[in-house]
This record gives sequence, C-alpha cells and structure tokens, in this order.
Amino acid sequence: MSQSILRLRNICKNFGPVRALRGVDLEIYPGEVHALIGENGAGKSTLMKVLSGAHQANEGRIDLQGRRYHPTCPQDGRDAAVAMIYQELTLAPHLTVEQNIMLGAEPTRFGFIRRQTTKIKEVLSLLGHDSLSPDAMVGSLSIGTQQLIEIGRAIISDAKIIIMDEPTSSLSTEDTQALFRVISQLRDRGIAIIYISHFLEEVQEISDRYTVLRDGETVETGLIGDVSIPQIIRMMVGRSLDEMYPRIEHQMGDVAMSCRRVRGTNLPVDASFDLREGEIFGIFGLVGSGRTELLRCLFGLDVWSGGTIELSSGHRLSRTSWSPRRALDAGLDLLSEDRKTEGLAQQMNVAVNTTLSALAKQSRGGWINLTREQKIADRWAARLGTKCHSTLDAISTLSGGNQQKVAIARLMNHDSSILLLDEPTRGIDVGSKAEIYQLIQQLAASGKSIVIVSSYLPELQGVCDSLAVMYRGRLSETKVVELWLKDDVMAYATTGQSDSADA
Amino acid sequence: MKFKTLLSRIVPFLGLIFVVLISVIAIRIQDSTGEDLSNFLSVDNLKIILIQTVVVGIAALGMTMVIISGGIDLSVGSQVALATVVFAITINGGAVSPGDTEAPSGGDVAMAISVAIVVCAACGWINGFLSASLKIVPFIVTLGTMQIFRGFAKWLAGGEAVRTPTNSAQNFMDYDGMLGIGVGFYVLMVSILAVGIMLNYTVMGRYIYAIGSSENTARLCGINVERRSVAIYMLCGMLTGLSGVMQYAFLGSGNPTIGVGLELHIIAAVVIGGGSLSGGEGSAVGTFIGALIMSILGSTCTMLGAETFVQEIIIGSIVIIAVGIDRLRHRAIN
Repeated sequence: MSQSILRLRNICKNFGPVRALRGVDLEIYPGEVHALIGENGAGKSTLMKVLSGAHQANEGRIDLQGRRYHPTCPQDGRDAAVAMIYQELTLAPHLTVEQNIMLGAEPTRFGFIRRQTTKIKEVLSLLGHDSLSPDAMVGSLSIGTQQLIEIGRAIISDAKIIIMDEPTSSLSTEDTQALFRVISQLRDRGIAIIYISHFLEEVQEISDRYTVLRDGETVETGLIGDVSIPQIIRMMVGRSLDEMYPRIEHQMGDVAMSCRRVRGTNLPVDASFDLREGEIFGIFGLVGSGRTELLRCLFGLDVWSGGTIELSSGHRLSRTSWSPRRALDAGLDLLSEDRKTEGLAQQMNVAVNTTLSALAKQSRGGWINLTREQKIADRWAARLGTKCHSTLDAISTLSGGNQQKVAIARLMNHDSSILLLDEPTRGIDVGSKAEIYQLIQQLAASGKSIVIVSSYLPELQGVCDSLAVMYRGRLSETKVVELWLKDDVMAYATTGQSDSADA
Repeated sequence: MKFKTLLSRIVPFLGLIFVVLISVIAIRIQDSTGEDLSNFLSVDNLKIILIQTVVVGIAALGMTMVIISGGIDLSVGSQVALATVVFAITINGGAVSPGDTEAPSGGDVAMAISVAIVVCAACGWINGFLSASLKIVPFIVTLGTMQIFRGFAKWLAGGEAVRTPTNSAQNFMDYDGMLGIGVGFYVLMVSILAVGIMLNYTVMGRYIYAIGSSENTARLCGINVERRSVAIYMLCGMLTGLSGVMQYAFLGSGNPTIGVGLELHIIAAVVIGGGSLSGGEGSAVGTFIGALIMSILGSTCTMLGAETFVQEIIIGSIVIIAVGIDRLRHRAIN
C-alpha cells in the first residue's frame, strides 16, 4: 500500500490516576476501512477523542499526511480534514437536511446564506438518497437516514479521514446495508474510514484491516482476512471463555414467576415465560425489540396493559396499581440499562445509592441512622470489591465497572428474590465483566431467580440456563440454552422465525 | 474527599465574610471619621440586618427544598401577599375592615397564623398537583399560579390593604423586645434547624435530594416521585405562609400588592447559598447565609446613601458571581 495518511505512535492518556491509554499504535492508509476493535472500556472512545482534538494525549506522536499533528480542540480536527461521527447523532432536528449538512460552514454573500442545492444533491446521491429533498426536516427522517446525513456533513467538509463510532448500533439491517454501500463508495474515493464496532460479523464484512485494543494498548493489527472471529474475541478479551464465564452449580426449584401474554402500551406485544427459583434466564433481542420494555413492564416502570404475572410468593398483582414500590415489596428488583440517568444518582454518594431502595433497613420513624447506613454501604463495597476512596464519594467519580457494582449492591441490599438485569455489563471493562458474571452465578446459587436481557449473545450463552429471543415485542418459546443454535437465535431476532431445517 | 465536602460547605461562609469585609471597607472609605462604620458594626444594626433577613429567609428555606428536588416555585411572592391578607382578614373575624369589637387575643393570633399557613399549604398543593399530575414543568405552572394567587389575594382584600386592630403579631418583627429581638428572628432560627435536620437526617430529606439528583433513579428505587413532589411544594407553601405572617408583622396590615418580585430574592438567596437549579444541591444553612448576604448588602447601601438601583445592580451581580464561583468549584472537583 501507499504512504500512510495517519500514524499514531505510543499514545498515552491519563485521567488523574486512571491510565485510559497506555501506548496505542495505529496506522491508517488512504482508501481503506480500518476496524478498531475492543471491548467497552478498552480505550476506543478515548483514542478517538484524542484524534478529534477533544482530549490531548499525555505522550506519543501523531502524524497526519506526513506532518506532525497535535489537535488541541475539535476545530483543529475539522480543519485537518478529520471528521468524527459519534454514536449519538449531532443533528438539529428542527433544521432541514441542507441546513444540517452545511451547519457551521455556510457560505455567505453580504451576510446572507447562499443555497448550495446542487452540491447537496450531489452528496445525497452519493449517499443513495437522490429522492430526498434538501428542504426536508431532519427530525422527520428515520434514524438510518439521519446517520447518512451526518456522513454527508463529513463529505461536504472534504474530510480525508472519517471516524465512525458504532454507526450501526441503532440501525435496522437494511439501513446497515445502505450504510455499507456508502462506506464502500467513500473508500473508492480514497477516503480513509476508521470503523469502531463490536459487531464482529459486520467488521468482517466491511473492513480491510483491523487493530485490536485492550486495556488501552494495541494488542494486534493486520488484515481482516487473516483472522477468524474467535481469534479476534480472544485478542479482545485476553482470556479464555472459561475464565470469562465461570459456572457455579446451582439448583433450580419451583416456578417463582409466571408471565402469560404480557403486553405493554407499544412494547412488548406478547411475552410469556416461566422463571424458576435459582434459574438464570436470558432474553436476547436487538435494540428496539422490546426486551427492555418487558423488564420495565414487569417492574412497574412502564404501563402493563395486558396479560398476567403470577408470583409464587402469593402476591396478587394488579395491573392498575402496579408500581416500582409494589414490585419491590413483592420481591422484584430491576437493574437499569442506563446507569447515567436512571440506574444511579450520579451526584450522590456511594452509600446513598446503595441503600436508596431499602431505606427502611437503617431508618426508624422516618429518621435515618447515618452511621448504620455507612456501615451497610461499606460492607457491600467490600463484599463486591468496589474500588472507591470511601463510600462518601460521588458516583460520578467511579469507573463504569465500579458504578455497576454499586447498582448491583443496591439490588443485593434490598434482597429481592427475582432480579431483572437489563444489560448488566454494558460499558464496563473486561475484568469487571467477569466479576459480574461470577456474582450472577453466586446469586443464582443462593436461590435467586434472575432474568438477564442483553444484545450480546456470547454473554447470554456463557451465563444463562435458559434463553428466549425477542422480536418486535414478541418473545419466543424458552429453551435450554444449549439447545439454541446461534443461527436460530439470530434468525428469530431479525425475522421472528426460527424454523430452520431441523426444527 | 473529606476536604472537598468541607470546601463546598464553607464556600457560602467565605462569601459572607467577604461581603462583610467589602462593606466595612466601603463604609470606611466613604466616611473617614469612622462614625458610620461603628454604626454598621453596632449590635443595633446587626439586629436590623437579622430582622430584615426573616421574611426572605423563611420563605427561602421552603424554596430550598423545592430547588433541591429539581423544581422551582415562582408563586411564593404572591403567596406571601395572600398570607398577609388572609392573616388580616382572620384577625378581623372574616371582614376586610377591623370591627370595633375587643382587641384580638393570643388565641386569635394563633388562629390567624394557622389559617395563613394552611392557605399557603393549599397553594403549594395546587402547584405540586398541577406539575406532578399534568406533567407541566413547575416553571410554567407557578408562573401561572403566581398571577392566580396574586389575583385571589386582591379579590379577597377588595383591592386594597386590609387594616387590622393592634395585636401581638405586629411585634414579631421588632428590632428589640423582651427576648432582645423580635420573635420573627427565633422563628427563622427554628426553621433553619428544622429544615436542616429534615434534609440531612430523615427519609423525606433523602428523597428530596434523590428526586432532584435523578428523578429516574428515585422512581427505580420505589420512591413515589409524584406524591413526594406534592408534599415538597406543600412544605414550601407552609414556610411561605409563615414568612407571610412575618411580612404582615412588618406592615401591620394585609397588603395584596406586597412582595412583587420577592420570589426572585428568595430564589437568589437559595442560589447564593449553594443551591443548584438543576437539583440535588443546596442546604438550609447555605440558604440562610445567602439571605443574610443580601440584607447586609442592603444595609451597607443604605448607609452609603446609595440609591435602590445601585442595590439592585449589586444584588444581581452577586447572584451571577455566586453561581459562577459554584461552577468553578464544580470544575475543580471534576
């Protein structure tokens, strides 16, 4: 290949005592799609922020087109033709397609904006959306189309390098294919694309070369054709699957919860399953399939509009007055998928967050015993190995993995017998993941019934006893996890049918 | 970590010391004989400052709870006016003008205080209920009820001040008295203590912080956010009603046009004292210091013979400076 367009040498970045990047090497050539692979917390996002100028590296050297490149703010990145497309879209929904694409770079004459209709049309046709009007309101478009418009913005700014951070995480299959077509076209025009994703099948399909990051370091780099997916996983995780998914013997007892045709306002549509004591039950589904909504319905956070839920504890559940308080009293508890805005109160301290759902344990007549509260919190922090200076630290000062441990400590402190875990390992480092899997096994061994929702199948296969798949709000039948073939799971998750040849 | 919590606790105190120093220096420069300065630092002036803190201070304690829970109440100024009117009418035995019956007894005064507090609690219930059940942001709800309560007060009063016969409540805000200073000051102190203890040591206080810090988390943890919000606005209303009684004591009559713009002073006191409008932060002592800073500045301006507009400019600037410092402190911590 020709001269590299971007070259990173030994990039290090510290946030206080935390070493987010400890020596990253990366080399990108023009006209290639380069996959940047790594677990959550491996340092991908930090690296991209260093490249786009949002963070500055503490050590190391970046060369861009043969010249030293040292961005100090996002504008530097833009000027150097590095465009960044974030996971969360940065479009203004109330502006039109054209206004969004030109935003911040509007050509003017005498202070008035000059329309760029022909140029915009060109870009839109490159994006495969010839029929889209430049005057269409962005807020009225589908997520997939919006994503393409974000890419349009990068094209119009003449970007030589486009960085895409998990671009397909909220796209349908068709939109993903459309995106891949656009990416190939951009590659043909000599643009280098850094493609960040942990959907390895996609990575194999679209990229030419790869670099794997683990714990802030480059582990491996090479041609994507030379490696298999299991090899990549091995590089990402740095440990074997047995170490990752420990198994602890646990006995299954009677049915603890039985759901029949549970329905919510929009999602879920129809979900039935039985959960036994000591069982770990997994629900797989793509984003938007209604799995989170199912858990929220069961916990009383979303409207539960039809079907029945029976608990062995003899609690009568009434649809009209179902609420988180009642769910907690009936022995259910929920771990939210969204630690930042729901799972934990970020500005409050570890102790408060640990005990918030079970204040009765350290209060009497409305008065809180603060000493007792701290003792309880300290005990859980020690038991789960939560790393913090003291339990009086604000949650926001903890790493993702430690935050998740606090959230789990709250569930354990409340001591419900049925635990609904929504994406329990999202956004945390490999080490914490393994610890949390171990913890889930221990909880099951102690007789808790656990429902895990995830969009990461290997995790469910590693942890669960039984599994069901959700598609557009409908839950498939439950089968023992070993009886699910991966292709059947994916087929049901994407089409609602799993009838492969042998079934 | 301990150091940081300590830091956040003492910032309002530092502000208070700073404001006192500035006042002393300004007065010293203005008057080289030093006479004004000794007046400013006299016990009498201290009492005046404290008494002038009472109305804003008590209402600001209620507002502190609302702001910590992530809400806002713009209707408190109107509630204060309504409380003065309701108090006066109750003292008059239900009439807008004093009858020529015997002077009101202590029981009558107690009755009038209770009625003023209950009426304002009802105002708080309306605010809380509308924002919680109709899911309208409290800013809009209370922007509306601010007008409604004001109109209601004027309607009750028949459009003008409600005169009352001499009664013991009128002494609440004396600069002197049997207890050395008017009862109002002690009411303020007890309120600070009560609100401070509630916020730090009770389940209700914990829930107020939790709701303001993250409403979703509070809901997830089984807290009935709507019901608690209504209770918070009612508590705010009760303290505002009490503040209205003190306002009445100041005026000696019920005045439906009093306290226009008072809500902004009240909110300013909370914010200067470390309250965050995005919720989750604030304290009773901080709010008291915030209110105190404003009355010290007012007193200084009066002594310097500055016009009210100077005072307004200074107080406005203090609010912005206080929040600015707070932001910087947050950045330093993160």
